[in-house]
Amino acid sequence: MNAAVQTPIYFDYLATTPVDPRVAEAMAKCLTTDGVFGNPASRSHMFGWRAEEAVENARNQVAELINADPREIVWTSGATESDNLAIKGAAHFYSKKGKHIVTSKIEHKAVLDTCRQLEREGYEVTYLSPGENGLTTPEMVQSALREDTVLVSVMHANNEIGVVNDIAGIGEVCRAAGVVYHVDAAQSAGKIPLDMEAMKVDLMSMSAHKMYGPKGIGALYVRRKPRIRIESQMHGGGHERGMRSGTLPTHQIVGMGEAARVAREDMAKDAERLTALRLRFWDGIKDIPEVHINGDVDHRLPGALNVSFAFVEGESLLMSLKDLAISSGSACTSASLEPSYVLRALGLNDEMAHSSLRFSFGRFTTEAEVDYAIEQVRHAVEKLRELSPLWDMFQDGIDLSTIEWAAH
Amino acid sequence: MAYSEKVIDHYENPRNVGKMDDADKGVGTGMVGAPACGDVMRLQIKVNADGIIEDAKFKTYGCGSAIASSSLLTEWVKGKNISEAEQIKNTEIAKELSLPPVKIHCSVLAEDAIKAAVKNYREKQGE
Repeated sequence: MNAAVQTPIYFDYLATTPVDPRVAEAMAKCLTTDGVFGNPASRSHMFGWRAEEAVENARNQVAELINADPREIVWTSGATESDNLAIKGAAHFYSKKGKHIVTSKIEHKAVLDTCRQLEREGYEVTYLSPGENGLTTPEMVQSALREDTVLVSVMHANNEIGVVNDIAGIGEVCRAAGVVYHVDAAQSAGKIPLDMEAMKVDLMSMSAHKMYGPKGIGALYVRRKPRIRIESQMHGGGHERGMRSGTLPTHQIVGMGEAARVAREDMAKDAERLTALRLRFWDGIKDIPEVHINGDVDHRLPGALNVSFAFVEGESLLMSLKDLAISSGSACTSASLEPSYVLRALGLNDEMAHSSLRFSFGRFTTEAEVDYAIEQVRHAVEKLRELSPLWDMFQDGIDLSTIEWAAH
Repeated sequence: MAYSEKVIDHYENPRNVGKMDDADKGVGTGMVGAPACGDVMRLQIKVNADGIIEDAKFKTYGCGSAIASSSLLTEWVKGKNISEAEQIKNTEIAKELSLPPVKIHCSVLAEDAIKAAVKNYREKQGE
């Protein structure tokens, strides 16, 4: 066993990230009596002013990350809330224009479930099927637009398979049609470049805990030019220009700001390093027979890979890989017995969806850890294939799709 | 995912993994489950002239609980006559392995597997 590796090893950066030490340090300064603990909305004293200054500084940092105006940043409790605010907020505000929404089948549940809610309110939603490569293209969006389409929501990077959509292209299509465009950028902000000046995106959700910031804080970008309006979902003291009421959590915001600053400064360097790690990992396992990458090979986040190992089931793989913290698209590992809706939408048959593993590398992943993972994966797949009747049948030349299974 | 020690043991050291010759008249094969559900078990039994199961082999595509259920089953059926083997209840398997509710179906599949293997053997004898 490699002494340079401490198990269990974390390979689930798409699920969440640890807080960067620099971020934690900045946050700690905003908690206790000798820190910046005041309410940023307290206009009348130094405690409030200092907190407000810290918040506005962080707002600038997040705005800089995406080349936006700081007045276009609204603080929320996370990307889920941002998605709710953007989608419900825009759909309700512009409902006189129409009640048709376009989104994709593989959006995060925060988007899909919000759309379901709008359907219950009488909106009509078109759920686009991605291509086999997992991508939703501008052409697909264009062909779904109608006279009464009021909102399009298509994500930047997908959380399960890591593929990245052409949001600039989709933005052009939406702007030309006069339709509001929302992007869930929870997985991409801080990892790959985002430029709100260049991209015609109207609303964009961001999450701190996906970029080495704390959980429980996120932001929604709301375009000012042209002016996008949304109906507030959290009512109260009128914070965030009336878009989202609630006392601003200085320590959380400072954390997200610092995380954004570090991400912007280290983005190119991190992306290069993570891409190299991902390719190293793939190189180490690609010669295993019947192993497939799910989703476009090129248009993806630097450190993310979702792989299927045919004829081996995901949960048993995870059990074998107990030293690695990863996740699976296997049904057994989700609450229901159904495999991942994302993998199903790609057209993967159930068996391949059951056999998938998601590896996501991050800032603290090392080469030694990747090498260890390669070794473990090879060993586990070999062992489980020895146990697998499907592998036997495949080797005997039997076409599994022709079998009539005695399921119950 | 909390696995019982017994499930982990069967998973790390599965008993009777393998394949028998299907063409052998004394071999009964039961294949149950479906890839769509994430569980497929193939159970084979070698039955002697007195109807006693001399040997059993299994291969399973499925989670740790499914692998353990089928591995345990092969241990239990050896030495039993086929009528006895047919009587094995999934609840006994689930209890032995301390399967949580969400994994009970794995033991059900194992019970189906032995029944299917015995049925196949009987069909081969022309019963």
